[in-house]
Amino acid sequence: MNVSRRYFMILVPAAAVAWESVLAGTPEDSPNYKMQDHWWGMLIDTPKCIGCGNCVRACEAENDVPEGFFRTWVERYHVTDENMENPEVISPEGGKHGFPAAKEDEGKYFFVPKMCNHCADSPCTQVCPVGATFVSPDGVVLIDQSYCLGCAYCVQACPYGCRYINPEKHSAEKCTLCYHRITKGLTTACCENCPTGARQLVDLKNPKDPIHAFLKTHSVQVLKPQMATGAKAFYNELDGSVR
Amino acid sequence: MAIFKDTGHLFRFAALFVVGTTSIFVLRAIVTPKSFGQYGHYRGAALKDLADRPVKYAGHQACEVCHTDIVTTKTAGKHAGVNCEACHGPLAKHADDPSNTPAKLDTAVLCVKCHAASAAKPKGFPQVQADDHSGGLACDTCHKPHDPAIAAGGAK
Repeated sequence: MNVSRRYFMILVPAAAVAWESVLAGTPEDSPNYKMQDHWWGMLIDTPKCIGCGNCVRACEAENDVPEGFFRTWVERYHVTDENMENPEVISPEGGKHGFPAAKEDEGKYFFVPKMCNHCADSPCTQVCPVGATFVSPDGVVLIDQSYCLGCAYCVQACPYGCRYINPEKHSAEKCTLCYHRITKGLTTACCENCPTGARQLVDLKNPKDPIHAFLKTHSVQVLKPQMATGAKAFYNELDGSVR
Repeated sequence: MAIFKDTGHLFRFAALFVVGTTSIFVLRAIVTPKSFGQYGHYRGAALKDLADRPVKYAGHQACEVCHTDIVTTKTAGKHAGVNCEACHGPLAKHADDPSNTPAKLDTAVLCVKCHAASAAKPKGFPQVQADDHSGGLACDTCHKPHDPAIAAGGAK
C-alpha cells in the first residue's frame, strides 16, 4: 500500500483524535442524566413553612442521619423588638417532632428551614486537605465518604453549620441534595415530603424551571450574602433578623 | 580536564536524587485513584458512588401509577399539593413489591403534626385545638384524609 505524504498528514491527526476518544471512554453510566445540563439549588418559601418537621424526618429516614445530627433542620424565630436584634430562636431536636404551641403574643413568629446552601464558591470545599469534598459539575457540594479523613476542617469552615462528623464512621457528612434521587429524576426527600410546598428543588440550568420567573418577581435572598459563598438556597421573604 | 577533583560523591548524590524523585512519582501514580482529577481535585468515581445509593421514598409519581382512584380524590381536595409519602412514610419497598403492604395510619396522631394550633404558624393555615375540636376522636371519624373539607362533600 502506497501512502503519499499528503494522506499520511491527514491520517495521523485523524488517528490521534480517534485514539483520544477511545481513551476518554464512556462518560457516565446513567444514560438519561447529564451532569452538564444541571445546576441544582433549592427554593425555600419561608412564609409557607408551618414547622411540622416533615422535612427533617424525611431526611433522616432517607439518608440514615445519626440521632442528634441534622442535614436539614427547622428554626422558629420569635422577634419582639423593633431592632430585630435579639430574636428568640428555638429548634428542639432540629424541629423533627414539630414545635411547642405558641400562644398569641407580642411580636412575630416564623419558621426558617435550614440546610446546606450548596454554595458555588463553597468555603468548606476550599479547606479540605485531601480533595474529599467538592462541588460537583452539576452544582452539588458532596463528600467522597471513602476519601474523607474526618479532620473536621470543613465542619469549621461552613458558615451555615451544615456539616457534622458521623460518630460511627468518623467522616464528615452533610446534605447531598439527595444526589441519589435527583440523578434518577426524583426530587429530594425533604421536597417530596413538604406538605405546603415550602421547599422546592430548582435547576438553574433548566430554562423551563419556574425558579427563573420566581426570582424575578419575589423578594428573594440568600443567607449571609456578605460571605460571597454563591449560596444556592434561595429564601423567599426572609426576615432581617435571620442570621 | 579534571576541573574538580573527587566528583564521585556528587554523582552518587545525583543518582540518589533521581531515584528518590522517580519513586515519588511512581508511588503517586500507584496510590492516586484512577478517576482522581476527572472533573476536578477529587475522585470522579465518588459521584457514581453517591448516585448509586437506593432511594427510600419512592416519590408520588410511583404511587400514582397504581393508586389512580386516590389521585382523583386527592386532586379535587385541599390536600392536592401534599405528596403521598408525606403522610404514609417512606414506601420504596412497597413500590418495588406491592405485596409488602404498609401499616395503617393513626389519624389521631398524624394530622396534628401539621394542624395543631399555634400562633407561630401562618395565619391562613387551617389549625385546630385537637381536644376541643374532636374531643379525642380520630380525625378520620369525620374527615376523609385524601379530601378533608367537610363542606366540599368530604364528610363520611
